[in-house]
Amino acid sequence: MKDTMSQAVIEAKGVNLVFETGDGPVQALKDVNLVVGRGEFVSFIGPSGCGKTTFLRAIAALEHPTGGTLTVNGMSPDEARMSRAYGYVFQAAGLYPWRTIAKNVSLPLEIMGFSKAEQADRVDRVLELVELKGFGRKFPWQLSGGMQQRASIARALAFDADILLMDEPFGALDEIVRDRLNEEVLKLWARTGKTICFVTHSIPEAVYLSTKIVVMSPRPGRITDVIDSPLPRERPLDIRDSREFIEIAHRVREGLRAGHGDAV
Amino acid sequence: MRSLAPIATVLAVIVALWYAAAVWMNAQWVYDQAARAGVEVTFGQMVVDTMAQERPVLPVPHQVFAELAKSTVGMAVTSKKSLVYHGWITISATLLGFAMGTGFGRLLAVGIIHNKAMDMSVMPWAIASQTVPILAIAPMIIVVLSSVGVQGLVPKAIISAFLSFFPVLVGMVKGLRSPDGMQLDQLATWNASRTQVFWKLRLPSSMPYLFASLKVGIAASLVGAIVGEMPTGAVAGLGARLLSGSYYGQTIQIWAALFAAAIVAASLVMIVGVIERATLKRMGMA
Ligand SMILES: Nc1ncnc2c1ncn2[C@@H]1O[C@H](COP(=O)(O)OP(=O)(O)OP(=O)(O)O)[C@@H](O)[C@H]1O
Ligand SMILES: [Mg+2]
Repeated sequence: MKDTMSQAVIEAKGVNLVFETGDGPVQALKDVNLVVGRGEFVSFIGPSGCGKTTFLRAIAALEHPTGGTLTVNGMSPDEARMSRAYGYVFQAAGLYPWRTIAKNVSLPLEIMGFSKAEQADRVDRVLELVELKGFGRKFPWQLSGGMQQRASIARALAFDADILLMDEPFGALDEIVRDRLNEEVLKLWARTGKTICFVTHSIPEAVYLSTKIVVMSPRPGRITDVIDSPLPRERPLDIRDSREFIEIAHRVREGLRAGHGDAV
Repeated sequence: MRSLAPIATVLAVIVALWYAAAVWMNAQWVYDQAARAGVEVTFGQMVVDTMAQERPVLPVPHQVFAELAKSTVGMAVTSKKSLVYHGWITISATLLGFAMGTGFGRLLAVGIIHNKAMDMSVMPWAIASQTVPILAIAPMIIVVLSSVGVQGLVPKAIISAFLSFFPVLVGMVKGLRSPDGMQLDQLATWNASRTQVFWKLRLPSSMPYLFASLKVGIAASLVGAIVGEMPTGAVAGLGARLLSGSYYGQTIQIWAALFAAAIVAASLVMIVGVIERATLKRMGMA
């Protein structure tokens, strides 16, 4: 495990990203340095506007840094995108209403030109992985919000990308559903060994899920703290009452407060 | 059922006003006739007479519907006086024009969203085309085409297409552009080609917009076909029926043809509406 962990999957060196807007430039990311190792679960947390989404989008080559270097699997983000290095889960499930769940999940496979048999195979596999077995023939509107989001995770998993980028995937769901899905994401991570980057606004969520927590602060968006979690990989829900958990949560909160302090 | 009462009330008011207007407008002729014959007419006599004229200024509803019934179910559809026969001529031109116009509108829309130059240039021309009074250019189209030997259905269909392509163009451009940034980014993460984005996302997303504009388009097509039948001295079609009615002062015939046109228009729009509901329901978008 140790030597695979040390392999850098995502590497940001002095990344800057400036948006040119109508009322002048907006510095969304300033001098961001970060290394994400293979198989890590990294959470990004910080107040609104601190550049979490922007950083994730830069990894996905949906935005392009204006300075510094960013590599994904040792390639440029654009090359990584073309080699299908990652699956991206957006805040909204974004399922097509005119497609069944199975057809939605196979959409990226169709686009990438997998054979029909291979598509069916993979759809079955990932639907089972997100515990939606038997829902393949349903339409999105027949599923709850949580189930839809699970389907969208299945879709991101379908083509074997070894990185999963998730931008507040459960932000729109209630606490109870969220807890369940968090548990499932952890199971999924353990089973698949993927590298996961996860944006969240919730401190408990970040601490519960991550091996590494990246605390960010706004204006300009930057990293103020990177916390390596000492929690074991195996995490029952009640780990959230342990002393270690509370200590890390405390450190994250302090980090967020400090970030706010020197921004004022 | 509850919604029937207000509709019936409005209808009753309209019919009552119509009768009143007919009596008022046709009275002069009754009085003139009486004066010429040197007889007196009572008010009651006058009212009865205004509703039974052969060429009234404004025919009353029951005259129009009697004429409508007589010229549809009351005679063979092959008869030159049958509104079914004339209606069919107009409908066939409408449908051909609708197919051509909506096809053309869709093609232009696809071009506009995929080609920067077309995006900049097509719309102003399309808008300009719709400001041209169709009554003015319809005869030109008919004459030009007939000079090169194209006659009958096609010239009328072209005029009809000229009117129906525009709403479809506007609706389809809007529909093809309706997918939001997230949906497009999503496809970008899968490295989808423009063709794939079009077939998998843009086209299905545009369906509600397409159908809304098809409803406008089919009505416009019918107007186009009728207008196309007017200036040519065409002998068949609802437009020709309207025109010959006005040549000979056959007001009842004009009104019957007008109602036939309205019924055809309503039916066509309704058919599109039924297809719309079925399609969107199947696509989970209704
Ligand atoms: N396309 C864009 N054009 C201009 N400015 C942008 C754009 N996208 C983001 N920004 C700006 O960049 C900054 C960072 O935005 P970003 O969306 O990354 O924040 P975030 O941390 O994800 O916030 P939230 O928690 O609200 O999602 C903000 O100030 C935002 O206004
Ligand atoms: Mg965000």
